[in-house]
Amino acid sequence: MSSLQRVRHRENQRGLALISPTLLWMIGLLIIPLILVLITSFGRRDPDGNVIYAFDLSNYIRLTGLSTSQPCGATPAPCFDSLYVTIMWRSLVLAFQTTLLVIVVGYPLAYFVARAPARRRNLLLFLILVPLWTNFVIRVYAWIMILRTQGVLNGLIGAILGLVHIPFTPLSMLYTPGAVLVGMVYEFLPFMILPMFTSLEKIDNSLFEAAADLGANNLRTFLRVTLPLSAPGVVAGTILVFIPVMGTFIVSDILGGSQVILVGNLIQRQFLDARDWAFGSAASIVLMVLTLIVTVIYARRFGFGDEIAF
Amino acid sequence: MPEFAVELHNVVKQFPGPTGEIVTAVNNVTMQIRDGEFFSMLGPSGCGKTTSLRMIAGFELPTSGEVLIHGKPMGQTPPYQRPVNTVFQSYALFPHMTIGENVAFGLQMKNVARADIGPRVTQALEMVRLPGYEKRRPKQMSGGQQQRVALARALVNRPEVLLLDEPLGALDLKLRKEMQLELKKLQREVGITFIYVTHDQEEALTMSDRIAVMNQGKALQVGQAAEIYERPNCRFVADFIGETNFLDGTVKSQNGREAQVELASGQMASAESEAQLTAGQKVSVAVRPEKVGLGNAGLGNSFQGRVDEVVYIGTDTHFRVRLPGGQSLRARQQNSQSADQPLAQVGDDVTVGFAPAAARVLAE
Repeated sequence: MSSLQRVRHRENQRGLALISPTLLWMIGLLIIPLILVLITSFGRRDPDGNVIYAFDLSNYIRLTGLSTSQPCGATPAPCFDSLYVTIMWRSLVLAFQTTLLVIVVGYPLAYFVARAPARRRNLLLFLILVPLWTNFVIRVYAWIMILRTQGVLNGLIGAILGLVHIPFTPLSMLYTPGAVLVGMVYEFLPFMILPMFTSLEKIDNSLFEAAADLGANNLRTFLRVTLPLSAPGVVAGTILVFIPVMGTFIVSDILGGSQVILVGNLIQRQFLDARDWAFGSAASIVLMVLTLIVTVIYARRFGFGDEIAF
Repeated sequence: MPEFAVELHNVVKQFPGPTGEIVTAVNNVTMQIRDGEFFSMLGPSGCGKTTSLRMIAGFELPTSGEVLIHGKPMGQTPPYQRPVNTVFQSYALFPHMTIGENVAFGLQMKNVARADIGPRVTQALEMVRLPGYEKRRPKQMSGGQQQRVALARALVNRPEVLLLDEPLGALDLKLRKEMQLELKKLQREVGITFIYVTHDQEEALTMSDRIAVMNQGKALQVGQAAEIYERPNCRFVADFIGETNFLDGTVKSQNGREAQVELASGQMASAESEAQLTAGQKVSVAVRPEKVGLGNAGLGNSFQGRVDEVVYIGTDTHFRVRLPGGQSLRARQQNSQSADQPLAQVGDDVTVGFAPAAARVLAE
């Protein structure tokens, strides 16, 4: 072994030592559990709710709705049951809607904060982060107070309409897809605002002046300079929001009740209520694959954004 | 076409300072920049030169006073409606666009026909000697190249006035010297009025038709390079541009342009002054070291002194001569003959002198 090789060897060892805590963490708490989930997903549930390990694709077939063993409705012949496909489609659509709305609501906010005078900027960022100090579940519960029939929002609308003597029947807003969407947008907004803010704040002020100097009014400056230069923040925020939204079950559980069931809820119920770990595992794998596909397509088109170092 | 490209009339700009006090960046500046000239604003940092430029560009609006471009009052006109373009100190090239897109930006904003944009971009890049660089990105270019792209991006719009904010500040010395000459040549070719902001006196002297020397928000003197160097109108200008000896004294008498000044040592010196002086007024006599003669009498003003420093720098030798009364006079002698022995050595008693026409009386 030459001395150069020896140095390199020693450096490799040192590198391994440095990453080993992270590596152990990843292997022990991510990779091994993932393999266990994958193995479980091919198993079956026994009558007591335990897992019988096997190699059986029935859980996946059941998710597609093309079940051959369970008849649906009155017809004894095998038929298509759209239940799980609908749940997955609903999750996907809701994740898209949430991400889009979070961008629309978050961008002006991030822009406003980034353009604020330096001293006020920190205060505004602080205000955006303050809600995160409260527990996630409690924050979602707060929306029940706002959205329920006797809630704050209905009270407010009623009071305003009362002033102009228009009769008002309180709206039922809770336990609707809209309520879940509002809750999701509220919960995930900071994760979009922060990377967008970072992107916007990095833009050198002289670039705006250069655009104005070259004849661009405010709108054209925004479209040609601000927007393209802040795109990496939007891309990063989209990834940070879309992935967790796809898997979350708390918001839909609390604000959607039994009306809005998402993949997250399906998985949670299989593990806790139905005690069918095998089917829950299969649903988890499908969710992961689905999220991965969307993310990869997206990342291929737009990159991961400079705000996440991959 | 009016005679002046840009006029500033009693322009004042005040900013709120960090602790709430009012900072006056530009204090009642009036100047007129002629059409087609290379005009420099020269001064130390914080003298108000950049703020003045930004008010011409429209990035700042004057607190009071007026900015006119070709006789038209600018008032609240936003930057994108002014017939001027700026070359920024940081270049401010758009990082997400190619060089071609950067240069085309201004033309697109002015809705120039698509078919005309391509050729004009090509031509502009050729003018700054960067032909065929359209597809590159700003990041792939050196500082000097970026600087030239910034120039092309501004000039392609054929502005009435080009504003340059210390555009060579970030370049190394050699490149800076090259670019100075190139800029001057370019300005002569395109015939556009250039307003150039710099803190580098040599840069200003090299390139400018006229220079405004600024300090503490005021334009102290406006004139041609030689005028400012030879006939500074105040102590700051004499001190800021080149090297100057200042001999303090009081005015004894004045006869036309020539004034008699009694120096602190009690000796008399005569020097020029356009201003009307009063007897007993505290003044300085300013004289450039290269105009101080060593060892030869008959220059009009001559003094006895003792050499206390000799520095040989190749082309010149610098002497410092201490005069009775404590003041000292620096003299610079060109080494035009190959002399192994300098004119004088440390400790020698010598006669130093200067012509009255080479010296200026400057009021305190």
